[in-house]
Amino acid sequence: MSHRIINNEFLNQQVFRLTVEAADIAAKIKPGQFIILRLDEKAERIPLTVSQANPQQGYIQLIIQKIGTSTIRLSELKPGDIIQDMIGPLGQPTEIKNYGKVICIAGGVGIAEIYPLAAALKNAGNTLSSIIGARNKDLLMLEQEIKQLSSCFYSVTDDGSAGAKGNVGDILKKLLTEQSYDIVFAVGPVAMMKAIAELTKKYKLKTIVSLNSIMVDGTGMCGSCRVSIAGKTKFVCVDGPDFDAHLVDFAELAMRQKRFTKQEKHCLPENKEHKACH
Amino acid sequence: MSLNIVRQPMPSQDPESRIKNFDEVALGYTLEQALEESKRCLNCKNAACIKGCPVQINIRDFVQSIKTKDFLNAYKILKSANNLPGICGRVCPQETQCEQACVLAKQGNPIAIGRLERFVADWAIENNITDLKLDLKKNISPKVAIIGSGPAGLTCAADLAKAGFKVTIFEGLHAAGGVLRYGIPEFRMPKKILDHEINLIKSLGVEISINVVVGKTKTIDDLRKQGFKAFFISTGAGLPYFLEIPGENLNGVYSANEFLTRINLMKAYKFPEYETPISIGEKVCVIGAGNVAIDCARAALRLGAKKVIVVYRRSQTEMPARDEEIINAKEEGIEFELLTSPLKIIGDAQGNVIAMECQKNQLAEVDASGRKSPVPVLGSEFTIKTQTVICAIGQGPNPLLISNLPELNLNSRGNIIVDENMQTNLMGVFAGGDIVTGAATVILAMGAGKKAALAIGQYLKK
Repeated sequence: MSHRIINNEFLNQQVFRLTVEAADIAAKIKPGQFIILRLDEKAERIPLTVSQANPQQGYIQLIIQKIGTSTIRLSELKPGDIIQDMIGPLGQPTEIKNYGKVICIAGGVGIAEIYPLAAALKNAGNTLSSIIGARNKDLLMLEQEIKQLSSCFYSVTDDGSAGAKGNVGDILKKLLTEQSYDIVFAVGPVAMMKAIAELTKKYKLKTIVSLNSIMVDGTGMCGSCRVSIAGKTKFVCVDGPDFDAHLVDFAELAMRQKRFTKQEKHCLPENKEHKACH
Repeated sequence: MSLNIVRQPMPSQDPESRIKNFDEVALGYTLEQALEESKRCLNCKNAACIKGCPVQINIRDFVQSIKTKDFLNAYKILKSANNLPGICGRVCPQETQCEQACVLAKQGNPIAIGRLERFVADWAIENNITDLKLDLKKNISPKVAIIGSGPAGLTCAADLAKAGFKVTIFEGLHAAGGVLRYGIPEFRMPKKILDHEINLIKSLGVEISINVVVGKTKTIDDLRKQGFKAFFISTGAGLPYFLEIPGENLNGVYSANEFLTRINLMKAYKFPEYETPISIGEKVCVIGAGNVAIDCARAALRLGAKKVIVVYRRSQTEMPARDEEIINAKEEGIEFELLTSPLKIIGDAQGNVIAMECQKNQLAEVDASGRKSPVPVLGSEFTIKTQTVICAIGQGPNPLLISNLPELNLNSRGNIIVDENMQTNLMGVFAGGDIVTGAATVILAMGAGKKAALAIGQYLKK
């Protein structure tokens, strides 16, 4: 099974969208699930959320942020290039049903992950309020796509260069004081998900977060991605990536995301000629 | 004719230099050594060694062939029973199997069967013996799907292919071999040996489909629709157990599986040329004393740890690792903190491991495992400074595939239940290896693969 790049386009300065052949995965993948890929022999295995799948034409789309050299190398792929290895779909799908009134919240590259989920929730008959946020205008994306799905749509930036100035939590706080909702889905940086969880907990509003953690095999074999959920160790790769936000130990998750910071710095492009890290 | 009473020693890299590289430690017999060793074989009429082998290699005849310098014949004998001789010659616990059954074992000097097996397998690689002109049957259907490419799956696939069946192995990772690929380090079993033996299995007509997670990418039902008539589940013991003590999720605590997968599958020891990182402290504690624990300890040393301590709750007598590996580890300077159980792992403000609190045990009555059980000594708590902790306390059955087969019968530990023909309660679905027995050895998994291949052959002929 070859994984040929069909298209690669930048959505903003840091984020790009890869369209890649993956017929088996496209045929099976559901919202909330992810894949693991290895670009070539020497590359890392990295988990990535699928933002769109086309089972008829046998391709998937990945929206990726350039954060280390692995993702920088992926950003340089051109149509016709090959990704050596890809497995999936991995993880449990998000439970899609008619919950009623749903808030979808995403920050940064999480916007790419919330989009297919929002589309599926909309399809299932939910009424969506969506809040997306980023550091600045250049890092926002998919505003039109998500807006179209939503009855209420809010975009925010830290510096006010697009949408309202502030963060997604400010908007959420406002929404929650105005009326009641049935469920919240949130994807983004750990600090953002933590803040949202703390807020919705006060309202006893069920909140599902999709967690990102460091993985190797992605099939439950290594335990690299373990997180504490209500005090019990779970594996993001097989038990998640969706978890009840009110049960997640976000402090531990934030800490575990820094497991290889020292090594990653060591091999960033400015420190090491074209040696990569995730 | 005067014969050596003691067996030929294994030449090896000296400890001081080998702890600085990942090259194979045991260098293998020279031709002269192999001949000398083979001459010690008594050519017993009732060769007990063969009964000691889980795959019933005709050990006596292959050793006798070495004696007459007919290495090709020795190789043929090996390969007729064992599809992975280069691997088994290196990692089988011969001391509790064939060599234990050897009549010379009574004097403490059994024939070095494993070393001779390795010698013959390596001879075949050096002399490029890739085509044994086996009498392959040409029937190409029906199709059999093997799930998992570890020792059980590879063996089952090879035997079925030899019997004329069309076989595809589905492997979830990006390279075949299962635990032989991600678990066993280069210094104990080089990947080029594994690659060679897998290539020979492919040359029998076996297809290996990598990057397919059965249960996710394809289900058993999908495969049935694609025409597969029988299935062999050999997904191994791929679920790491943790200590379930405070601090196990601190940065610097690895499961043995993660630690070894980063090193063996992803080649983190070549970081940054290979991009997968691994982080190792100056002081490393490995919990457990099986072969996996010893592999972790020796790998940690090679990654640059200044001090590596194996922490084990029982005494040396109960250590499950092979004696040979324990001796290797001690030669390399690995320390053992025996009769010791970890109580908690302690971290700093950033969540990095800085120490481990332990307590001493004494041994009491024999427990269900047949070994003396450890009992804590009150007031014996003490702290070991360490930056890395590796949990090598065993693995359970990986639930990924079997959780997608809810109707499959499992025992209380989550292992698949099979009958005497390795058949599960599902039509045409067989299972074997660690997914059935719980974590065991390469050779026992191979034995299960062989047995299943016979049973699957009979099932399909019906």
